[in-house]
Amino acid sequence: MTVIITRHAMPTQSAEDRINNFEEVALGYTPSLAEEEAERCLGCKNAPCMQGCPVGVHIPDFIGKIKEGDMRGAAEILTRDNNLPAICGRVCPQENQCEKYCVRKVKLGGSVAIGNLERYTADWAMKNGFKARNNDLSTQFAEMRVAIVGSGPASLSCAADLARAGARVTVFEALHKAGGVLVYGIPEFRLPKALVQKEIDGVLALGVKIVTDVVVGKTLFIDELLDEYDCVFIGSGAGLPSFLGIKGENLNGVYSANEYLTRLNLMKAYEDGAITPVLRGRKVVVVGAGNVAMDSARTARRLGAEVHLVYRRSRAEMPARAEEIEHAEEEGIVFDLLVNPVEILGDNGYVSGMRCVRMSLGEPDASGRRRPVEIEGSEFEIDCDEVIVALGTSPNPIIKNSMPRLETTSKGTIVADEYGRTSVERLYAGGDAITGAATVILAMGAGKRAAEAMLKDYIERN
Amino acid sequence: MKNFEIVSKRRLANNVSEYEIYAPYVVKHCLAGQFVILRTDADGERVPFTICDYSRERGTVRILVQEIGYTTLKLSKMEVGEALADFVGPLGNPTDLTEFKSICLVGGGIGTAVIYPQAKQLRSEGKRVDAVVGARNQNLLMYVEEMREACDNLYLITDDGSNGKKGFVTDMLKELVASGRRYDCVFAVGPLPMMKAVCALTRELGIKTVVSMNSMMVDGTGMCGCCRLTVCGKTKYACIDGPEFDGHEVDFDEAIARSRIYREQEQNHVCSIRG
Repeated sequence: MTVIITRHAMPTQSAEDRINNFEEVALGYTPSLAEEEAERCLGCKNAPCMQGCPVGVHIPDFIGKIKEGDMRGAAEILTRDNNLPAICGRVCPQENQCEKYCVRKVKLGGSVAIGNLERYTADWAMKNGFKARNNDLSTQFAEMRVAIVGSGPASLSCAADLARAGARVTVFEALHKAGGVLVYGIPEFRLPKALVQKEIDGVLALGVKIVTDVVVGKTLFIDELLDEYDCVFIGSGAGLPSFLGIKGENLNGVYSANEYLTRLNLMKAYEDGAITPVLRGRKVVVVGAGNVAMDSARTARRLGAEVHLVYRRSRAEMPARAEEIEHAEEEGIVFDLLVNPVEILGDNGYVSGMRCVRMSLGEPDASGRRRPVEIEGSEFEIDCDEVIVALGTSPNPIIKNSMPRLETTSKGTIVADEYGRTSVERLYAGGDAITGAATVILAMGAGKRAAEAMLKDYIERN
Repeated sequence: MKNFEIVSKRRLANNVSEYEIYAPYVVKHCLAGQFVILRTDADGERVPFTICDYSRERGTVRILVQEIGYTTLKLSKMEVGEALADFVGPLGNPTDLTEFKSICLVGGGIGTAVIYPQAKQLRSEGKRVDAVVGARNQNLLMYVEEMREACDNLYLITDDGSNGKKGFVTDMLKELVASGRRYDCVFAVGPLPMMKAVCALTRELGIKTVVSMNSMMVDGTGMCGCCRLTVCGKTKYACIDGPEFDGHEVDFDEAIARSRIYREQEQNHVCSIRG
């Protein structure tokens, strides 16, 4: 009888250790784990996994190189399609992407751990000073000048592809540091900032210029950029936080997840002697159940708080990745499910508690999920001194407001075709700015497709 | 010249200085009423300051800084020729007082920094502009000559009577209206309790009042919600919806409570820099 080798789990820091530090939770495969996991790949000719990759990584090929022990070869194949592989290997929801289509998924010991192998390859490349292939300077794009708005994953991916084709790219970032959500949003313990910086350095090494402290729509306008550059890409993300709209929401101690995470990630408020302050609650309630809610809860836990997460639906509907939910639970985050906040209570201007109601699930709603219905007379109070609201974000209106002729939807997203072409000629957009809050890898895919269209349209125009 | 270099620095009162910063990007489109966010150094916090004057020719922006916290003290130790780590803007919306013809500007403390460019702007539009400028004492009054130049009438008032009349800006405003002055708008900028008091008075007097909210901020672009306040029962962001609002609709008590959130932490930082 053949023994089916099951998927090799990612080694992690133990929960008891990691709640006391901000070091990365997942430790990465050892070489032997990587080789054993690579051996599990059947190298399917039709590569079903690839249909799940928004940037089109040639998955069986790079894993095949790991099997051969040719790490340089693996890195070459991986970086051909993926401009930020060390980031994707950490934060992509692979279970809904490549790994979803793996033929081993159901009966053969689980999908090949493609994400873990991607991370292993990318980390090898960084450690060994591997340089991705050089720019194609030959070329018809040597005179092409492109401005990119924002420096998150969509923009970085777009910038890298354009630079590799030989175009001259300038990225404008509103904050003082490049990286967008990768630096202000995702916590250190999931995505170390030094690693993000290395990936960005890789993009800079392609000749891309990044200018920080420029808010496009305020400091400079899109029309000025269109005058000066051949084309412009907007990758400004979805940074505007939603609040609950309930009483007490402006009390001291109520944060949007964006503010909380920005203070901690971008401004390093968790470090001793940090200048940017953050309140450190004794008991923190996080509202919401997506990845950002998990990030907030786990961050608060690391600052020493008892952390509860309230969500108005049940566990089955939680939008966060299964892995994030498990990690949060292991770290002692308490999930108060089918609970909805109705008021935040205050004492002397600061949060002192939260009034909630219990919910039950009714018929499915427009999203296909069962609609939560309030249970009458179920009101109760949670004692807490800090509340973090993680209910999603929408695109920032600054660009939209500064350029009325740019077509947008009622949700504030920019209207664009599948290649990112907007209603304005030579103006492209991609990532959360057109989709609303989504994932790093979808944004990167959009950046790539837009780069392709920009190059193609440029040739047609010239 | 280096980007964000301090071009000139001038002491205006014992803990207030005016800085002229080289920032060609910021100066390109900035207008009265907007603000910048700066960091002194790579470990610094992000702090907003109202643009109090600018020169497109020189490529510079002026801000007024009162040394009250870590960053402002740190800034006070920087000299001409040194450069700030970051200086981003213009942020927020420019002032729009187009519908008014006779305006009384009210400035308290370094709020004068905000009303000075307004005075120049409004006068250039042919409007009648009076200003009431108040401070705790004579040493804390600033921009007096500039303001006298920029307004039709300037009225000074100090808490201790060391310059101008003795009393608060509200006393002066009340007196002016009682003496027959008619204003269709009051524009008030200063400490929150002062703006609250002015709004309470002008509500009684039935004069439309605009205030500029100096909330704490992180990004200043609508991303975090740190600067949120309640206006007319609704949550607004000072950074993208303001910084100017109808003063009669602002919940000042909430704004005052929010301004104190980090008081304890701030004290520790200030102690560390004062040594």
